[in-house]
Amino acid sequence: MDDATLKTGSNMNTDSHTAPQGGNPLDEGHVGINGLQTKGVHVWFNKHHVLEDISLDFPANSVTGLIGPSGCGKSTFLRVLNRMHEFIPGAAMAGEVFLDGKEIYAPGVDVTAMRLKVGMVFQKPNPFPSMTIGQNVLAGLKLANIKVKDKDSLLEECLTRAGLWKEVKDRLKTSGGSLSGGQQQRLCIARALAVKPDVLLMDEPCSALDPASTLKVEETVVQLSSDMTIVIVTHNMQQAARVSDHCAFFLSDGGPGVIVEADRTSVIFSTPSDPRTADYVQGRFG
Amino acid sequence: MTTTVTPTVTPRRPWVNRGKTLKDLIPTLLIAAALAALIVNFTGLAGPLGSYVAFVAAYLTVSFFFGLRHDKIKAFDKVMTTLVSAGFFTAFIPWVSILFTVFKRGAEAVYWGYFTSDMSITSGDDELNMGGLSHAIVGSGIILLIASLIAIPFGIITAIYITEIKGKLSGLVRVMIQSMSGVPSIVAGLFVFTVLVTGRGFSAISGAVALSILMLPTVARTAEEVLKLIPEDLRTSAYALGATQTATTFRIVLPAARAGLVTASMLGVARVGGETAPLIMTSFYLANFSTDTSGHPLASLPMYIYQNFTNGTDLALSRAWGGAAVLLTLIFIIFTIARLASGRAKG
Repeated sequence: MDDATLKTGSNMNTDSHTAPQGGNPLDEGHVGINGLQTKGVHVWFNKHHVLEDISLDFPANSVTGLIGPSGCGKSTFLRVLNRMHEFIPGAAMAGEVFLDGKEIYAPGVDVTAMRLKVGMVFQKPNPFPSMTIGQNVLAGLKLANIKVKDKDSLLEECLTRAGLWKEVKDRLKTSGGSLSGGQQQRLCIARALAVKPDVLLMDEPCSALDPASTLKVEETVVQLSSDMTIVIVTHNMQQAARVSDHCAFFLSDGGPGVIVEADRTSVIFSTPSDPRTADYVQGRFG
Repeated sequence: MTTTVTPTVTPRRPWVNRGKTLKDLIPTLLIAAALAALIVNFTGLAGPLGSYVAFVAAYLTVSFFFGLRHDKIKAFDKVMTTLVSAGFFTAFIPWVSILFTVFKRGAEAVYWGYFTSDMSITSGDDELNMGGLSHAIVGSGIILLIASLIAIPFGIITAIYITEIKGKLSGLVRVMIQSMSGVPSIVAGLFVFTVLVTGRGFSAISGAVALSILMLPTVARTAEEVLKLIPEDLRTSAYALGATQTATTFRIVLPAARAGLVTASMLGVARVGGETAPLIMTSFYLANFSTDTSGHPLASLPMYIYQNFTNGTDLALSRAWGGAAVLLTLIFIIFTIARLASGRAKG
């Protein structure tokens, strides 16, 4: 097959293996048994084949950006990672997704327990309208029946990590809908953090936000990545360059989407091996 | 920069065509009224309804000729506007006249004791300062309460099955609910009579069961519409937080739809509050004040009206009108509460 399949067959840590093992802690972190990885994932909607043979390792405690033009299957792939894909009628898939070394599509897997470990932030901010700001943050605990002793400190911790605490600490009892769009999105991040996930999936989290809010969310993402695995889908090249440590470039030429190239962000943006990647990141198409 | 005294600017609305419409309207009205008076005098049209018809016809003609001063298109536009307004007012007539008649005739029967006494020692054709319908109000309350306790949970659960669980049978269930709303109330009454009343006698419980059969489709269909309005995003984000379907439905979707579900329930109650046919066969009528739900018949407002109507004397008829006024008022109150509850949801 061609270059693209060759690349997807390998994983994005290829170049980390050339680095001395156990060396730089800022490097790839520990992949494999801890963290998220996919092997040969295909996705269909009814008979329409939308993703082909996606194999990726998401290094722990770093940000992986999924980039590519619209309709290449990035968001679909993201939803495969926490089994939200299966809610779409007509959806089908092949391949395997491992979380901490365990296949999440294996029979008998507790889907809701898995989703507690893999949080998600959506494109549009969607706080629960019938709840206050404080209740929104703790909603995940309530929904999953998790008891916490010190709710107040957890509330403060999550809102601080999401970069929202200073703005809302005096109005935790007001409705989440009273916040601005950017604040609502950070509230949704705080909500996702409250259940202490290992992985955070972000589906174009800034596409509905203004530049100032985008900047705040990006700062939040970078801070969170110190102890979380973050996967972020973005249309914004600069954003991918700013926040991500690794990038996977998705592309569909009318057929199913494939990974053209996956590597460290610095490599993708400076010396990509595939000319299509170079064209895309330099804004020549897409 | 120093502050300068800004000249006072008065807000105005240049787009409002004030004065001009009135200048046209008053002559049109006067000429139309004169024309209508002529028509009523010289034709067979008479009475308030005849005058109304004559006036509408005259008004249409006059406004057409007024419009012709400009051009044909303006004239046609005027006539159409008048026709639509006339249609609106005509539709208003039965509504106003029903309310007017009910409250005018009903007022004859209403006095303070009307709401505190029953008909145990009063007969339908006794003077209007005796007896009352406290027993019917309380009876209706009990029957509607039991009917609600049956129909509202089942209705909401049905709606949840259709919109949230989306089970294999949800299409079938929806069709069944739709066809259930076409069941004639007397058939529901007959059904409950055969199943519950035969051998046991009339009771409030059987009346409530009959009403709940009629209430269920209204509650279920309204609740279904309400639940459909809840954005899919909320469910998705709840699932992404690791919530089960039960937690998502009961802690996210239902609270978000709370006001709408209250409306659905109230509409169900208002739908059956005035049902009479099924009650004739199930809870029947009792002249005494009672709160027993079984063992003997129980009064209700529709049955109170029906009983007094069948009595036939003028005084009993006045009592029937009084009952109708009370029933209309109660249903109006229920509708108002439903509107307020759903209005608060939007705010």
